[in-house]
Amino acid sequence: MLYREAGQFKTSYTADQQLFPIRQDRIGVLVLLAIAFLGVPLFASDYWFSAILIPFLIFSLAALGLNILTGYAGQLSLGSAAFMAVGAYAAYNFQLRIEGIPILVSFACGGLCAALVGVLFGLPSLRIKGFYLAVATLAAQFFIVWCLTKFPWLSNNSSSGVISTQQLIILGHELKTPLEKYLLVLAIVVVLALAAKNLVRSATGRAWMAVRDMDVAASVIGIKLLPTKLLAFAISSFYCGVAGALYAFCYLGSVEPDGFSLDMSFKILFMIIIGGVGSIMGSFLGAAFILLLPIFLDVALPFLAGLFGLPFSSATVSHIQILLFGALIMFFLIVEPHGLARLWQIGKEKLRLWPFPH
Amino acid sequence: MSRKPAFAVAALSLSLLAQGVLAAEEQFFPIPSYRVGPYGANGQSFYGGFIDYLNYVNLKEKGVNGVQLTWEECETEYNNAKGVECYERLKGKAAKSSGPIHTMSTGISYALIDKTAQDKLPLAMMGYGRTDAVDGSVFPYAFPLVTTYQMQASAVVRFVKDKLGGNLAGKKIVYLYHDSAYGKEAIVAMEAEAALNKFALVQIPVAHPGNEQGAQWLRIRQEKPDFVVFWGWGVMNQTALKAAQKVGYPRDKMVGSWWTGSEEDVIPAGDAARGYMAATWNVAGKQVPVIADIEKVVYGAGKGNLQDRSKIGSVLYNRGVSAAVLSVEALRRGQEKFGKGRALTGEQTRWALENLDISEARLKQIGATDLLPEIRTSCANHEGSGKVKIQQWDGAKWGPVSGWIEGNKALIHPLFQASAKQYAKEKGITPRDCSKEK
Amino acid sequence: MNFFFEVLIGGLLSGVMYALVALGFVMIYKASGVFNFAQGAMVYLAALAVVGCMEMGAPLWLAVILAFAIMTLFGIATEKFVLRKLVNQPPIALFMATIGLAFFIEGLAPLLFGSQPRALDLGIVDEPIAWVLDNWNMVISKFDLVAAAVASLLVATLALFFQYTRVGRALRAVADDHQAALSIGIPLQHIWAIVWGVAGFVALVAGMMWGARNGVQFALTFTALKALPVLILGGFTSVPGAIVGGLIIGASEKLAEIYIPPVLQDLFGGSFGGIEGWFPYVLALLFLLVRPEGLFGEKHIDRV
Repeated sequence: MLYREAGQFKTSYTADQQLFPIRQDRIGVLVLLAIAFLGVPLFASDYWFSAILIPFLIFSLAALGLNILTGYAGQLSLGSAAFMAVGAYAAYNFQLRIEGIPILVSFACGGLCAALVGVLFGLPSLRIKGFYLAVATLAAQFFIVWCLTKFPWLSNNSSSGVISTQQLIILGHELKTPLEKYLLVLAIVVVLALAAKNLVRSATGRAWMAVRDMDVAASVIGIKLLPTKLLAFAISSFYCGVAGALYAFCYLGSVEPDGFSLDMSFKILFMIIIGGVGSIMGSFLGAAFILLLPIFLDVALPFLAGLFGLPFSSATVSHIQILLFGALIMFFLIVEPHGLARLWQIGKEKLRLWPFPH
Repeated sequence: MSRKPAFAVAALSLSLLAQGVLAAEEQFFPIPSYRVGPYGANGQSFYGGFIDYLNYVNLKEKGVNGVQLTWEECETEYNNAKGVECYERLKGKAAKSSGPIHTMSTGISYALIDKTAQDKLPLAMMGYGRTDAVDGSVFPYAFPLVTTYQMQASAVVRFVKDKLGGNLAGKKIVYLYHDSAYGKEAIVAMEAEAALNKFALVQIPVAHPGNEQGAQWLRIRQEKPDFVVFWGWGVMNQTALKAAQKVGYPRDKMVGSWWTGSEEDVIPAGDAARGYMAATWNVAGKQVPVIADIEKVVYGAGKGNLQDRSKIGSVLYNRGVSAAVLSVEALRRGQEKFGKGRALTGEQTRWALENLDISEARLKQIGATDLLPEIRTSCANHEGSGKVKIQQWDGAKWGPVSGWIEGNKALIHPLFQASAKQYAKEKGITPRDCSKEK
Repeated sequence: MNFFFEVLIGGLLSGVMYALVALGFVMIYKASGVFNFAQGAMVYLAALAVVGCMEMGAPLWLAVILAFAIMTLFGIATEKFVLRKLVNQPPIALFMATIGLAFFIEGLAPLLFGSQPRALDLGIVDEPIAWVLDNWNMVISKFDLVAAAVASLLVATLALFFQYTRVGRALRAVADDHQAALSIGIPLQHIWAIVWGVAGFVALVAGMMWGARNGVQFALTFTALKALPVLILGGFTSVPGAIVGGLIIGASEKLAEIYIPPVLQDLFGGSFGGIEGWFPYVLALLFLLVRPEGLFGEKHIDRV
């Protein structure tokens, strides 16, 4: 009853083509944004901001980037962390070397640099497919991280290759508290997420999906494969690059190339698969799941062990955590291989009928 | 008559309450530890030793001047992002009182440097982390205690120099390192030493994780160096020893950093490790009185942290104990200034770490001789020592083969100051004036 | 020139070690189309099982048999509880599931056998052969030669197994076409259980060789990273491809590590090296541009 689009008629093309064509969705998104911008700052603690919400938003953005590439354009990539590294180091260098450049412009430039690199490593996608391509993107992962360690210019000749990011100054105001950083990250992520939502329903997005479903067929109906795939790589890497810049500037404050490891790429891949391949919302759900699950296990397990008086050593608890994390991922894939976003869809169907099922 | 017992009861309960308040004085240690993953075995020994000593102080002396030590662990998996999450989770509890935070990870300490300074919590980096934090005027809350990679490299070069007859001119030294922040830190020191002592320096990096070193060791065989200085981590250590054996390079011409010199590093290499040397600041073994006593007191009471008791007395276990000894000594120092029997806040612990003075006599008193060198810190010198010992693996155990060797401070410390100055400029920090610090 | 050959031979022999790991991937991919990312973790589990059993007092041969039993059980359980439930799901879901499996093993293995790094002594010393060293001044390790022999034996056994046994034929049929195999009455699930058992055996051999070389510890899971470029180069479905790919990757990566950094140094100044991490991947990538299905992979024809 609450969620029924019956009676919502579209009388113009504009109305039919808007971003959220159903009224309930529009209201839902607005409420969500209001909560994120106004509600959360009222209630969340510093711990929530700097340890959970900020990384959650940043990883959502990276997952969104990967989802554009993998979920919409069908190109499997294992190099997302490396593109994040490019974004982080590029943004750092723009701040360092260009006097007075606004921080947001550096972030965007970081994203653009990542996009350039992404296009370069996307070139082979025209000939290579599936898992071969996935393993080939590992070349990007290792090569980029190596370059960042080997060219001292990129880290301003720091002897260890670690960079410490500059202050975040926007319009003369320095962002210092976790709350301010959270709001900055939130604003950027919201804008980019809406842009992505808009993009995937455009001609470009439809071309991506055609390529994903079958690229030979797509080329037969007149979609140019090379520009389509490369554009997907570019935009995906742009998102990852911006996420990387935020990761360095708003989250850790100091990063080393090795921090952008293969593990991180995998983590981002987990997010989109658990969240839902080919779904904007899935990227957010997946990021939340993958980030929160280990923290939850970390807190819950020792508590449970204490409750039952089990004599677990810390090492045992840590091992059980990893084991459970793996088991839950498998369990989850078995129960819902299409991800959390699919659950939401099912929920939507149910809501439509509620409270009067057939 | 009837009122007297009531009064007595009230007095009794009051005194109990007072005792309760006294007993409630607790010193909290946030411990972002790691026990799983590629380096989990190292973390288990180190944090096992650390926590065992805290327990020991609680059991043996009822805490530090009556202040009970408490702690909470959080698993970081040696992962920077998880380390930050752990820190943020633990810091709420640490707001009231905090001992030094030991992350045993260079990456995590880097990520925490700014945050700890902002939250006024003391970050200890014993033998790892940001080395230019030696200059306390720029880094008030970060303490690369005991010694740093650069000072260590310098000390190792001095040891090699003694071994090669007191003169390095015309000799060749290979620096084989883990290609990461950790391995690269010491390069500046090696280069400075090479220029000073006129030896040829060949740098050979090994890509992470370092489980393949065939090419590197063939190159070493071709270069025929007089010594190999070795900066490995994790599996790279065993692989290097095995690969050295494979190309026939003598292991007693290899000196490693302290992350390459534990039982975990050499036992998997089996016989190939015999004769191999590594730097350390703490000796191994249970002959150290405090280690033997920990086993008796803590494990006797069934409160030991280690599952596997055979690790007691291992290099990393003892190192964990040494980190805890240093932390507890800092608390004592702090309590002298801020009030005996009181828990210290992060800020007070910071002061204590900056004014440490642990003499040989004091170490002997607590039974920790050779677990630590003498340490004297100040605002301008957060390192406090810069001394290491060289130990050698005889196939069954590590034993020291040198006394305390100090790195070349005059050569190395100016490097730190320059680097700290650059950092201060980038970050817009105004350095403190160390001459005014008390 | 002598040095060149020394590096080349050393590289070829390292390549054999990579191929050992890659074979496990090939086995499973060939029979079930699953890209099994947990192979590296299985190598770790197998080696740890051997060492763990030996610590409990079993002699080497018994420990190996016990470890094999554990790996087989594990393979069957994986098939029964994970893969069977994921039939008909997209390959990426299966791939993910194996990553989950990798985490599961990484937690389980140390719980069962302890996480302490340990040595595994197979009685073969990793030392240069004196005769070659004296006459040719070249370092060739006995251990590497043994590893090469083991790998050849393994490949020969697998080839015979695939070619001449009933199960082997069924395996090949399943690899060609699941549905056709099912329709002629081949029990798919048994076959998959067997394949996972065989992959477990391959992991056991790889784990013992790598474990004897570098010690038995968590880092054994990283061996998978060395195997991936071998796979791309050789093709996911080819057993000989894994061997040839391994040899090419091993040799070229060692030669590159020796000869490329000086060139870069001349170009850019500074210090390079440590290129082994990415070089095999870039090489494989370049190779794929010419031959997208790998050296021995099956050519894939797309039809609309």
